[in-house]
Amino acid sequence: MLQHFEDLLGIETLTREQITFILDQSKPFQEFQRHPLKKLATLRGKTVALAFFEPSTRTRISFATAAARLGADTMNLQAESSSLKKGESLLDTVRTLEAMRPDGIVIRHSSSGAADFVAERLETPVLNAGDGTHEHPTQGLLDALTIRDRLGKLDGLNVTILGDILHSRVARSNIHLLSRFGARITLCGPAMWVPRELECLAPNIRREPRIEKALKEADVIIVLRVQTERIHEPALAAEEYILGYQLTGERLRLAREGAPVLHPGPMIRGLEIDPDVADGPQSCVLEQVTNGLAVRMALLYHLVGGAPADAPHPAKERSHAAD
Amino acid sequence: MRVVEKREILSAEEIDRTLQRLAHEIVEKSGGTKNLALIGVRRRGVPLSQRLARTIFGFSKVDIPVGTLDITLYRDDLSTVAPQPVVQSTEISFPVDDRDLVVVDDVLYTGRTIRAAMNGLFDLGRPRRIRLCVLIDRGHRELPIEASFIGQSVQTSDTEIIEVRLREIDNEERVMLVERVS
Repeated sequence: MLQHFEDLLGIETLTREQITFILDQSKPFQEFQRHPLKKLATLRGKTVALAFFEPSTRTRISFATAAARLGADTMNLQAESSSLKKGESLLDTVRTLEAMRPDGIVIRHSSSGAADFVAERLETPVLNAGDGTHEHPTQGLLDALTIRDRLGKLDGLNVTILGDILHSRVARSNIHLLSRFGARITLCGPAMWVPRELECLAPNIRREPRIEKALKEADVIIVLRVQTERIHEPALAAEEYILGYQLTGERLRLAREGAPVLHPGPMIRGLEIDPDVADGPQSCVLEQVTNGLAVRMALLYHLVGGAPADAPHPAKERSHAAD
Repeated sequence: MRVVEKREILSAEEIDRTLQRLAHEIVEKSGGTKNLALIGVRRRGVPLSQRLARTIFGFSKVDIPVGTLDITLYRDDLSTVAPQPVVQSTEISFPVDDRDLVVVDDVLYTGRTIRAAMNGLFDLGRPRRIRLCVLIDRGHRELPIEASFIGQSVQTSDTEIIEVRLREIDNEERVMLVERVS
């Protein structure tokens, strides 16, 4: 089957067809969020382990809610209270989790490559909920779904990404995903956060230090959070950042009319984004949150539900049982 | 798996006549069209429900609401299949609360699809009544489910398959009895 895959580790390894399949499968789950009764029994009896080695609120709640709405149970491991503090290795921790027989493991870790490392060593399907500065594939997918809904297409867009690209796994997943659909991507931010190497991530990437130029002709604008916890360099003064890179209403008018503005959250109003833009009609921030549930439900349904890929297909034995 | 066609159960013309009769029966047994709504089960229940609604409009001039239900997330065999079946959208744009619903499907067999459909509908609200309309009832029920409106009942064996082909989906229009040979 074309779209079959066992783990979701990053966007970079997905084909355009697989991405389209996941986005299409998210549509019925988007509709489901409007149901009065938001509880399915589809994954009843399945367990999803949420292994968050790095603090996270929104992604963890989103995955937990997605699992709950599908009827699955969750096991929670959180960095603050985990045995990691006592010196256990990542591999020992996830092996312990796997010994409790979950049907899927959602992992968030501060080291790039952690999800791949774990997936290679475990039989259980692994979903990457963010690994270091590498990828955050479910964010990339929910952003793409939001853009596709707003613009009616994903092909050939001019996408401008603003902020700390270097430390952003969200930016990397977005770049890999939108490039599959022929996007022309403009990266804009302080020079230390937009190094030349980023141009190698995909074809058609350019760096533009001046925000006014970067926003010109943009069909989509992705604003990144200024990640103070990841900054190793002497921090840029907030006033300087605001002056040079804040997305204001005036600057937004330079982009294509009605261009959607995305932000992965949490948003720092008044720093990377002007409150008027954050609350304006072009802002997709809350749609992104709701779409996150839909994308994660679709992924959990396909990766955690069902029998192992090598199990005999019962339909082959009793075909047409469904008619 | 090889299949051989054994006989035609309904021709295009007979399907049309059967649907005409079913449309009249639904309205008659419901005492009119008040609160009535049709729910087509994907896939072939969808065109059938639309045709029934058109026929009802033809003689009563009442446009009754029609919705589409995908039962994938409510199947009882999901944990035994791999890969997971593709989910499609459910499109029911009216509240089902207090509605008089008629679920429409092409073939009634084990009853499991209809069980799933009812679970799906309950998630959307509390209908006043749910009845079932099928083009073909082929027997072999595995659940206590029966249809209120039946186009034709057909005696079948386990190895036989009812193939409903509709022009909207299959580019041809007839119902065939085929048999598996292997």
